[in-house]
Amino acid sequence: MKLLRLAWNYLKIGVASELQYRVNFFIQLFHSFVAVATGLIGLALVFNYTSELGGWSRPELLAVMGIYILIGGVINSAIQPNMNRLLREIQDGTLDFALIKPVDGQVLVSVREFRFWSLTDVIAGLAVLGVAVAQLQTRVGLWQALGFLAALLLGGIMIYCFWLILTSVAFWVINIDTMVDLFQGLYAAGRWPISIYPGWLRIGLTFLVPLAFAVTVPAEALTGRLTVLTLVGAAGLAVLLMALARLVWRMGMRKYSGASA
Amino acid sequence: MKRLIDFYLTAMKFAVQKSFQYRLQSFFYLFTMFAEPVIYLVVWSTIAKQQGGSVGGYTVGGFAAYYITWTLLRNMNVARSPGDWEWRIQHGSMSAELLRPIHPIHNDVTDFAGWKLVMILMWLPIAALLALIFKPTLHPTWFQILIFFFAAWGAYLIRTVLMSLLGMITFWTTRVGAIYDLYFALELVLSGRLVPMPLMPTWVQHLANFLPFQWTFYFPINALTGSPTPAELVTGLGIQLLWFLGGLGLVNLVWHYGIRRFSSVGN
Repeated sequence: MKLLRLAWNYLKIGVASELQYRVNFFIQLFHSFVAVATGLIGLALVFNYTSELGGWSRPELLAVMGIYILIGGVINSAIQPNMNRLLREIQDGTLDFALIKPVDGQVLVSVREFRFWSLTDVIAGLAVLGVAVAQLQTRVGLWQALGFLAALLLGGIMIYCFWLILTSVAFWVINIDTMVDLFQGLYAAGRWPISIYPGWLRIGLTFLVPLAFAVTVPAEALTGRLTVLTLVGAAGLAVLLMALARLVWRMGMRKYSGASA
Repeated sequence: MKRLIDFYLTAMKFAVQKSFQYRLQSFFYLFTMFAEPVIYLVVWSTIAKQQGGSVGGYTVGGFAAYYITWTLLRNMNVARSPGDWEWRIQHGSMSAELLRPIHPIHNDVTDFAGWKLVMILMWLPIAALLALIFKPTLHPTWFQILIFFFAAWGAYLIRTVLMSLLGMITFWTTRVGAIYDLYFALELVLSGRLVPMPLMPTWVQHLANFLPFQWTFYFPINALTGSPTPAELVTGLGIQLLWFLGGLGLVNLVWHYGIRRFSSVGN
């Protein structure tokens, strides 16, 4: 409860400090617009030459793109800023200031930053998703909608855990500035359904980088492809990743010595 | 001139040593770079297979050749990004660079050129692995290889002047993220970075003919993987040279006026 209140307070601070810079809203809006436009151009090119890609029709792929942009917005507003700050503080040794606070360190480093304006991506993603759902041949029922929300939440948790594990590598190797680029490069694979990738890559994108669960599985839920087994598997993997992230974090804590302090 | 050549050789040697220091960093970077074309390659080879083997003249092996060469070319055409310009103008580290008796852009060029040499060494094993997996069809002539070598450096120089022009906008407005976004989106679509130019609608190809972008991706890649005539290859190099010289003139002009506005915002 105390931790939730802490997170809520940090959220309020984040929103308040972003509201000072209103022009950034328009810059972010433009950024979202460009992202959607390039995505649509990519889709249009593909469907210039074919009517379906690996069994996914045009509106279905549009739904995948909407979810990709939506989750991207969550990452940009809530996950990436925190992980960047953590990375920087591990390098500079200023993480000490977070660790001496009387709350759980992992929770604290995960909630300190919030980029309010990046939520424009979430809105853009929702808009694309809305158009896609309207174009879908099949109706989206209550169960599909619930499955979609559950899959989306689980996917978000898995992405967070994955990124925390990646960032924790900095406890050992210190200098990994390119981590953000690495993650974004991998995340770009989520623009398309995981099923189009060759086997070895699909396995990697499902279990090593839980991208399949973050983007493709929610899309499967919307398009009536999701089985209960997949959803249970997603929940299982989420729990496993949370445990692993916790373990890596604690090992990292033991290794951390305040590099420059 | 001799002084400048000395500087280039020494600075590049220095950049090579620097790049060797952070090998894990470089490896991560390469991995990132490979993610983008592999995604395009998978999508387009899937479509080619669905269409019975080829799309717009590109077979599955043709796409593999295009996008694997893409990874080499991408290494070659990376230049000092507008974001770096923004940083050094905002934070004022440009002041230190201005104290040197040489234009800062020379340092940018050598820094990235030296880094490329190291990157190409690290690129080789990964490219070999990709070639094993995706089986590219590639039969270049010696002339094509020769032209590719020059065209790749040409692409680097053109991108250096374009990025510098964008970066120097920071002299006037200290935040230009939105302009960069637009630039990179245009480049993605109009350069052959996303798909080979022949797959684009005809009007896009016409538009691209009037812009510099395709000379930084499509032309060099196609020089190696396509079947252009020798005349086309030589003309292409000439057009690259024109874009570079024109861009260089603009860089000088913008620098001339921009540097007067420099006030090292951050310090």
